[in-house]
Amino acid sequence: FVNKLQYLARIDRARALTAQTAETDAIRFLVGTQSLKFDNQIHIIDFDDENNVINKSVLLHDAGEIWHISGSPADKAVLTTCYSKTSESRVLTCAAVWRMPPEWESGNHESPDDSSNNPQTLELLCHLDNTAHGSVACVLWEPMGDGKRVISLAENHVLLWDLQESSTKATISSSATLEGKGQLKFTAGKWSPHHNNTQLATANDTAIRGWDLRSMSQIYCIENAHGQLVRDLDFNPNKQYYLASCGDDCKVKFWDVRHINEPVKCLEEHSHWVWSVRYNHSHDQLLLTGSSDSRVILSNMVSISSEPFGHLVDDDELSDNEESQQEDKGKEPLQDSIIATYEEHEDSVYAVEWSAADPWLFASLSYDGRLVINRVPRALKYRILL
Amino acid sequence: FMHGSSDKHSLFFNSATTPPDSDPSQRRRVHSMLKHYYGLNEEGKVTEQAESLDPCDINGPHFDPEVYLNKLRMECSLGELMDHESCMVKQIRSLDSDMQTLVYENYNKFISATDTIRKMKNDFKKMEDEMDCLSANMAAITEFSAHISGTLQDQHAQITKLSGVHTLLRKLQFLFELPARLNKCLELQAYAQAVSAHRRARCVLQQYSHMPSFRGIQDDCHVIMEQLAQQLRQKFRDGGSSAKDLSECVELLLQLDEPAEELCDKFLSHAQSRFEADLQGLEAELKDSPVTDTDILEFIDRGCNEFVSSLCLVIASYQELFINQMANGKLHVFVDTLAARYFSLVERRIQEEKGVSDNSLLVRALDRFHRRLQAISKLLPGSAVPSQGTEIVVRAARERIKQYLSALQTFYHDSLTDVRQALAAPRGATSKDATPSLPELLTSLSNFILNQLKSVLASVHLFTAKDITFSNKPYFKGEFCSQGVREGLVVSFIKFICQSSRQYCESAGDRGGSTPPALLLLLSRLCLDYETSTISYILTLTDEQFLVQHHTPVTPVTALCAEAREAAQKLLNHYVKVQGLIISQMLRKSVETRDWVNTIEPRNVRAVMKRVVEDTTSIDVQVGLLYEEGVRKAHSSDSSKRTFSVYSSSRQQIRYAPSYTPSAPMDTNLLSNIHKLFSERIDIFSPVEFNKVSVLTGIIKISLKTFLECVRLRTFGRYGLQQIQVDCHYLQMYLWRFVSDENLVHFLLDEIVGSAAHRCLDPSPMEQSVIEVICERG
Repeated sequence: FVNKLQYLARIDRARALTAQTAETDAIRFLVGTQSLKFDNQIHIIDFDDENNVINKSVLLHDAGEIWHISGSPADKAVLTTCYSKTSESRVLTCAAVWRMPPEWESGNHESPDDSSNNPQTLELLCHLDNTAHGSVACVLWEPMGDGKRVISLAENHVLLWDLQESSTKATISSSATLEGKGQLKFTAGKWSPHHNNTQLATANDTAIRGWDLRSMSQIYCIENAHGQLVRDLDFNPNKQYYLASCGDDCKVKFWDVRHINEPVKCLEEHSHWVWSVRYNHSHDQLLLTGSSDSRVILSNMVSISSEPFGHLVDDDELSDNEESQQEDKGKEPLQDSIIATYEEHEDSVYAVEWSAADPWLFASLSYDGRLVINRVPRALKYRILL
Repeated sequence: FMHGSSDKHSLFFNSATTPPDSDPSQRRRVHSMLKHYYGLNEEGKVTEQAESLDPCDINGPHFDPEVYLNKLRMECSLGELMDHESCMVKQIRSLDSDMQTLVYENYNKFISATDTIRKMKNDFKKMEDEMDCLSANMAAITEFSAHISGTLQDQHAQITKLSGVHTLLRKLQFLFELPARLNKCLELQAYAQAVSAHRRARCVLQQYSHMPSFRGIQDDCHVIMEQLAQQLRQKFRDGGSSAKDLSECVELLLQLDEPAEELCDKFLSHAQSRFEADLQGLEAELKDSPVTDTDILEFIDRGCNEFVSSLCLVIASYQELFINQMANGKLHVFVDTLAARYFSLVERRIQEEKGVSDNSLLVRALDRFHRRLQAISKLLPGSAVPSQGTEIVVRAARERIKQYLSALQTFYHDSLTDVRQALAAPRGATSKDATPSLPELLTSLSNFILNQLKSVLASVHLFTAKDITFSNKPYFKGEFCSQGVREGLVVSFIKFICQSSRQYCESAGDRGGSTPPALLLLLSRLCLDYETSTISYILTLTDEQFLVQHHTPVTPVTALCAEAREAAQKLLNHYVKVQGLIISQMLRKSVETRDWVNTIEPRNVRAVMKRVVEDTTSIDVQVGLLYEEGVRKAHSSDSSKRTFSVYSSSRQQIRYAPSYTPSAPMDTNLLSNIHKLFSERIDIFSPVEFNKVSVLTGIIKISLKTFLECVRLRTFGRYGLQQIQVDCHYLQMYLWRFVSDENLVHFLLDEIVGSAAHRCLDPSPMEQSVIEVICERG
């Protein structure tokens, strides 16, 4: 049993990582490269669970270096990227919706060390035209939606797009602008999967804001959520008011947005900025964080999870089982704890992501292009399941 | 023979019936033989008769020679007779000789006895004559005496009668004069005399009350005594009289058969009213002067002199007057209720004693308070009052410790505020010696705290002084010293220092903390000093002063030291973080706000880099004032002059070369360097050691890592990259000297330039020589 697998991207810089959200069978991650000199690519990483083999396919993304990537929840072939484009000595980050060519899967299965000679190119569906609004920080798909609505965060604007005609046309259905002193700029955002997908959380500088997408107005604002820049946030998939955030103060904080004065919990395990935080999609006590201290930390936040300890345990099931004795010992109330610290990376880790297909699998990507796939330790897995 | 055997038999019975502790049988036999001889046998007449009737017993009294001879002649042969005869002759001869010897021996005695008897005969004759003469004289005397008494008979009877009458008359006179006398006593208020007089007459009057004249007197007396009792009661009720008068009053009333229980109640209620006045006086003093212009000693003095002493007096006189159990119970209740009120007043007064300036006053007051209560315990052995008093003292002492602790805490905060102000004072504006330097501030702060603590200890020590009555109570011997002073005061204060230091790290955290970094540094050093020496010093001092015997577990020195060290570590870490963030912020702003694509060719080191170096230098100085240098690795000869490999892509390839380009040429030296660097993972916000180099390394690490991450988020033009090159070279020139391992600076700056080159649209690096020239110039 292999607990971890590494994959080194051929191109040495990468920041963007996503799980293929709509794919529920194969364990698949998408990595976008960053290069100013060469053509940028999207690496499709398939993890063969049975054989413990990584398969890789490459698609060309010639529009520019990729800063952010996100897969459609409805169509596994559709994805968005945020890429930077240099024109007239100006660097602008744009966003676009792409479709993977249908042949990639059939024709382009190659081993990682065999360079792709003729990578196929992504098919552009439409641009999320942002010339009026400035650089795009990220694009968010509607969670579990029909793949027709996306939000882009551009400078200090929140733009809600409707994708029409098989995503070939994007129109802004509504927008909001964050007004205030100085140059405000969104650094991250997350579309809440709760409340019928009507809420959004954004981060700018040290503040976290909540938005109501129906009225496009701010509903809460956690000023100074972090001591310094907030880098990322994520909603608890099972508890509608809970969200996690991370930032340059090396901390991960958990918030109940109904009580925004104090965080519910605060973790301070990383020794540098925390760039990415992700709740496990099914078991929200599992939390993944990636940091520029080159570490990935998997934490078990039992105390604030939707599965309080013992909730799922049925005593009758255990009683006639010989293992129940052992099991009971292991069933001591779990404390919030660090499950594991992964140190395979040698450079800053900018992205971590859970697999969409297997809830016990996750990937992390560091700047040097190293993608590491890990599993949740088996003991913990069984403890959560049993 | 028959007789002999039966005699033996009877002897046997005798000995059997006599108790074992009587004469031994041997003596008894001799005795009985003697008795036998003299016919005193108590065994009965049978034996006596048998004995007396035996004429053949040659030793018996009824021996008949004829019978004996006949018997012998009849029974014995001739030979036997001959033998018998010779034996007899032999016996007679020996008896004769024995008698002769006895006569010779006693001859002289016989002579002298005869003489004496003759002499006595003569003397008795003379005496007989004298006796006759005496009896004649006696007869004459008897005759005379009878004559005289016959003559005096009448007069004697008369005298006896007269003296009886006289006594009676005197008694009567007393009785008749009694009403007047009583009245006079009443007038003169000589109640005691009146009562004793009446008591003497009362029985007589009672006895003869059937005679009208006595009846009158009795009635008169009754009236007067009624009046007297009335007056006494009045006097009793008026309450103007002193306790002594009062007790006299009660004594008299008791003699007048007033019911004792009622008197008890009255006595106590009267005393109560007077205590009421005392207590109200005290209470008024409490109320009237919230500012308390009388100090606590005066207050306690007043309480003792007025209340406690009269309470003692009352107890004493009460106990003299009433001795039964019921009265004693009443007294206890009475004393307890009064004492409770008194105690509540005292406690209120003690609580008002908030100022911690002069503890000796309080201790003296408490001592007096306690001492005076001991009198009650002597008077009233079973009373709970003295122990309650002790409890009050204990509570006061506990309260006092708390007050001292909070005073110390306030003092500590004030001192810190002073330090803060001293730090905030502009350094350049005033002359150098006006604002004290960090080490001076540290010494003065730590001295202030220590002196304050010492003076507090000295104050608290008064509680256990030898001449203080309550200092030998078990509480003050044990718990007060260990739990109170050591734990409650000293340990709590040290813990408080650590606690508040930690709070500086948390509250003043990332949200734009207002704590000046210098204060953090100072506190960190303070805590470290505490860890190394001060704590053990303070605790040893305390233990010595108070001779603490730890009956209960106390906080060990090591635990406190660990806490202090932890606080020091936290503060220093926080200092590094804060300073690192200040520099980081400068660097971040400088990278984020610049348009790196369209920048001009670098001519100078950017001002912000100079600022970074300046700030780092001043931090270095600041830390150097309080912390030791620390160890650093040996420098290479040309630390400041080092070139960066701009084409970091090549370096990257080398780094990962083994994975899939094994044939690629590589610089083995560089490779090993990199491997070395990566073998020690760099933790950016990691705990630092207590020395200057470690602190500076931490700060520089944080700053440069920020620089790196910011660069990676930007896109650079050709000149943008060159500017980064220049800036990094400048930093390299100055920063290496501050850190423990210069490779760290090299590595991070290397990464920065490499990342910038990678993020560059037109990566054409600047000549190293040009960079050096610019940096030298700048």
